[in-house]
Amino acid sequence: MADQASTRKNVFSKKIDKFFTGLADAWNFVKRFFQEVFIPPYEFKEVIQQCYRIGVESLPLISLTGFIVGVVFTNQSRPSLSEFGATSWLPALISIAVVRAMGPLVTALIAAGKVGSGIGAEIGSMKVTEQIDAMEVSATNPFKFLVVTRVLATTFMIPVLVMYTDFVALMGAFVNVNTNELVSISTFFVQVFDAITFLDIFSSILKSLLFGFTIGIVGCYKGYNSSKGTEGVGRAANASVVIAMFLIFIEELLVLQIVTAIRSL
Amino acid sequence: MDKREKVVVVRNLYKSFGDLDVLKGVDLDLHREENLVVLGRSGTGKSVLIKIMVGLLRQDSGSMEVFGQEVSTLSLKDLNKLRLKIGFSFQNSALYDSMTVRENMEFPLVRNIKNLSKKEISMRIEELLEAVGLPHTINQMPSELSGGQKKRIGVARTLVLNPEVMLYDEPTAGLDPITCVEINNLIQEVRDRYKTTSIVITHDLACAKQTGDRMAVLLDGQFRAFGTFDEVFPLAEDQRIKSFYDYNFIYS
Repeated sequence: MADQASTRKNVFSKKIDKFFTGLADAWNFVKRFFQEVFIPPYEFKEVIQQCYRIGVESLPLISLTGFIVGVVFTNQSRPSLSEFGATSWLPALISIAVVRAMGPLVTALIAAGKVGSGIGAEIGSMKVTEQIDAMEVSATNPFKFLVVTRVLATTFMIPVLVMYTDFVALMGAFVNVNTNELVSISTFFVQVFDAITFLDIFSSILKSLLFGFTIGIVGCYKGYNSSKGTEGVGRAANASVVIAMFLIFIEELLVLQIVTAIRSL
Repeated sequence: MDKREKVVVVRNLYKSFGDLDVLKGVDLDLHREENLVVLGRSGTGKSVLIKIMVGLLRQDSGSMEVFGQEVSTLSLKDLNKLRLKIGFSFQNSALYDSMTVRENMEFPLVRNIKNLSKKEISMRIEELLEAVGLPHTINQMPSELSGGQKKRIGVARTLVLNPEVMLYDEPTAGLDPITCVEINNLIQEVRDRYKTTSIVITHDLACAKQTGDRMAVLLDGQFRAFGTFDEVFPLAEDQRIKSFYDYNFIYS
């Protein structure tokens, strides 16, 4: 009985130990990113290539999702507003919801799934096939070429994708509002821009930068530290998505608290 | 060049992974322009030895000197300077699979040798692809190449920086016998043409016999036999070395 308890205690303490070692590892990885990002040589060509892959290649998926979000959210909001005879507030309500929360969140979650898993799997497979070792022994810096470039690309491109998603979602909302309430495009967008403030746009961009950084760094970290062959690559890709999504929700909550505090000043 | 010069000196080298002791006091000297073949069964630490040599792994104790420098104490900058003198050909070639053959070879070249014109880069790449007999693959992706071709391109990529020492990790693993002979010929050609010093890690005796000036047999974490192929194998007294020879002979 006492033996069982001590074994359980040992297993538990090993898990705690592993958790904190992992946390320290991740912190050192982030620290290394900030050390290397400012030191030349800079891999501009690779950053641009990654921006293209992350940005342009995500457009079809983002477009479709953004449009559907706009249409569905408008449809779901209409009954509640119509109870108060306030369907004319639909453009304002939708613009606030899309710009403040749904645009950044939907884009980041889709990017975590598409881009984050891609980065985790790509770097993971390079790791297990010794391609990263091959870069290292040829006196080049794989961290700079693989990690710094991808994290910069996600950090730059997610805000751009968020702005695009906002626009597409608003267009979806407009199609719905125009069909049902016969509101013209100019009236719709006047109401949209009247409702949002500089703080809304600022917080949206700030969140997007954070989300982009998170997606990139988590994907790279899990890929860079993958092991155990192809199984490890799968795990890296999976963990990249799960951890990034979890962190995105936490960051959303934190930024919301900060922005709410600023708003109440 | 003094052929008696020791390029690599290993003394009392220990390396373990967790509870598993892999290298248990390894001693080794490698002379300039020598082709040394390190033989041993799988999992005996042959690859670990050359990975310590290029700083991919660090020994637990003992010394690993390459060109008179202790690898484990070098700063990253000095380690990279040393790495420029060492070419490492990986077991699975480790070609960058998102890049063409040309980009694979350009990658180390443009990042280590500044001020090279596009023409000079192209000439260097074409010359090396010619040397390994694959000039037509220049714009192909690694996925379009056969196993033997990948090995050759891997060797060409390491040669792009003019290394003085070549490390071959299982160069003939997974290849058919004819391609094995071609790769063995290539290893000899590289030594003769570029005057490199080499370590070939293998458990293929045909490869060892064809490419090695000297054999070193790694058993139980230590080198148990040194000498030419004929000194080490046919008349081996150590039963483990003898069975290694016999099995290879029967298998081939």
